[in-house]
Amino acid sequence: MNTDAAGLGRSRAVVFALPALVLIGVFLVFPALWTIYLGLTDYRLTGLAAADPQVVGTANYTAALGDERFRSSFWLTAQYVLGSAVIGQAGLGFTLAWTLRGRRGTVRRVVEGLVLLSWILPGSVVAFLWIALLDRDGGTLNALLGTPGAAWLLDHPMLSIIVFNTWRGTAFSMMLYSAALENVPVSHLETARLAGASTLQRLRDVVLPQIRGHVLTNVLLTSLWTFNDFTPFLITAGGPEGRSEILPFYVYNTALRGGQLGFGAAVSFLILLINLVFALAYLRLLRNRREVAV
Amino acid sequence: MISVHGLTKVFPGGVRALDSLDLEIGEGEFFALLGPSGCGKTTLLRTIAGLETPTSGSVVIGGTDVTALPPGRRDVAMVFQDYALFPHMDVTDNISYPLRIRKVPRDRRRARAAEVAGRLSLTELLGRRPGQLSGGQQQRVALARAIACHPRAFLFDEPLSNLDARLRLEARTFLKRLQDELGVTTVFVTHDQGEALALAHRIAVMDAGRVAQVGTPTEVFHRPATTFVASFIGSTPMNLLPGRMGDGALHVAGAVLPAPGDPPGGGDGGDGGDGGEIVYGVRPEYTDLSTTRRDDGFAGEVAVLENLGTATLVTLEGPGHLVQAVVPEGREPALGTTAWAVPRPGRALLYRDDVLVGRA
Repeated sequence: MNTDAAGLGRSRAVVFALPALVLIGVFLVFPALWTIYLGLTDYRLTGLAAADPQVVGTANYTAALGDERFRSSFWLTAQYVLGSAVIGQAGLGFTLAWTLRGRRGTVRRVVEGLVLLSWILPGSVVAFLWIALLDRDGGTLNALLGTPGAAWLLDHPMLSIIVFNTWRGTAFSMMLYSAALENVPVSHLETARLAGASTLQRLRDVVLPQIRGHVLTNVLLTSLWTFNDFTPFLITAGGPEGRSEILPFYVYNTALRGGQLGFGAAVSFLILLINLVFALAYLRLLRNRREVAV
Repeated sequence: MISVHGLTKVFPGGVRALDSLDLEIGEGEFFALLGPSGCGKTTLLRTIAGLETPTSGSVVIGGTDVTALPPGRRDVAMVFQDYALFPHMDVTDNISYPLRIRKVPRDRRRARAAEVAGRLSLTELLGRRPGQLSGGQQQRVALARAIACHPRAFLFDEPLSNLDARLRLEARTFLKRLQDELGVTTVFVTHDQGEALALAHRIAVMDAGRVAQVGTPTEVFHRPATTFVASFIGSTPMNLLPGRMGDGALHVAGAVLPAPGDPPGGGDGGDGGDGGEIVYGVRPEYTDLSTTRRDDGFAGEVAVLENLGTATLVTLEGPGHLVQAVVPEGREPALGTTAWAVPRPGRALLYRDDVLVGRA
């Protein structure tokens, strides 16, 4: 096979690719490497260590792993990802797509419109809408439920941001699953119905095996996006008392507010490693699937 | 065995797919629903299966009114046009899927799958996935899945249409023998009149949500009840020419033909009323070609010759009409010459107001 379809030749191909490679190098690779370096120093935003940072080895990492606040933040993040990405966005998105499948007309358009609206509004706008919704005094939710004075953001900060992120991101999952479900032939579902399969059995035996690749992609993407999501910071800022301080907030609070840039860089690198684990697990599952399919 | 009464299906948007349709299908019968696309034949099959809910009317299978039952409780098996094999399951699992839903133990499921597969020459393929099978093999797996659960009736939706022409003939013979051996009531949908004639014990020809005629292949071929059935059945379309009855003879497209003999059913005489407008129908296969003038033949210029293999279909263009005749090989007239198409006596059908009234 001719691998040089464009007929450029190696040298000219390199010239064409170079600007993009330089940009990627300057804005992605260098900062990443710089972060790894910073993570090994006691670099601070101000003071003596800002002028003359010292290499401290793995001290930042041992400090982070030994920090109660880091560990609690890690568990909050796990809850946040599981609750709002896996169960919330992927689960609700699939449920909506399955329910609306084959439906036409007003109901579908209204639901899709509402779900998409939450996705296309700017994050900052949405965050302040939610503050207005959940506010203790005169919040919309309290007015609706008739529970004046309920301090949702103080009493249930994690639940608030999980619901918020679910609401915000479901549209993507719903659209992805809608497209995936279109590819499951109706005759397969009808064959299962004729065999007497219940809805759950049809989902288990016919639908899920055929959209497994879509499910994996969807769960990976929503998990990664949610893991690195910073928008809810505008609602709770990690509070009260760190009860909604997921890892991105933790990095921000320690590195920028607390000034410990070296420590923050180390935690960032840990987050990167966790993301890497997600991605590798996903690739592994996808490869298994391909092998099975052959 | 299967009967439908007053079945009507109106889809949202007002399309009337079935129009108070009645049909009786006997025990063990191989029954064809035949018609052009959009005539409601697939809707009827799906309504029998329970995949569509009728707007009104009832479906009775084996003496039980199943109109309100979901598909899974009607004890019928359906083979879809695309076979609907599950791509992630091997042949064994596909065949035994309905048994799995019925909670048959795994070893008995596998034994039954192997037994049915053996009968359909699929034993070697039990471990394969549908993607590794040819079209014909996929079709047999789909049949095996239908057979495996011992249903009261089989429903086939265009069972042969996804096979190539050569394989289709083989599959046709195979399917007919299989149905004969199993003796299970089978309803199949097809738009191919040849398939219906070849396979079915009886055929229901459908048109616009109604049954135009029910009968054996011989009946619908030789005595089509309406001009619609007449034009739909037969590998070459029937010649249908407007004419008039008078003076004890038929006047059709310039030809003078003998008056009709017995009407179908033989009861009320030849309907020899004079002056009636009629439609004269005769199949090209029952029309001979003469190169000399004949008063009982339709004159025309030879416009098209279509080779059918052992015969040739000749189209004559006369004043205001086209007539077709089938001539044996080696007897084709030259293009552009004038010829006369002569119907064989007793083979023509007369229609008045679209209904069969006699033969001539």
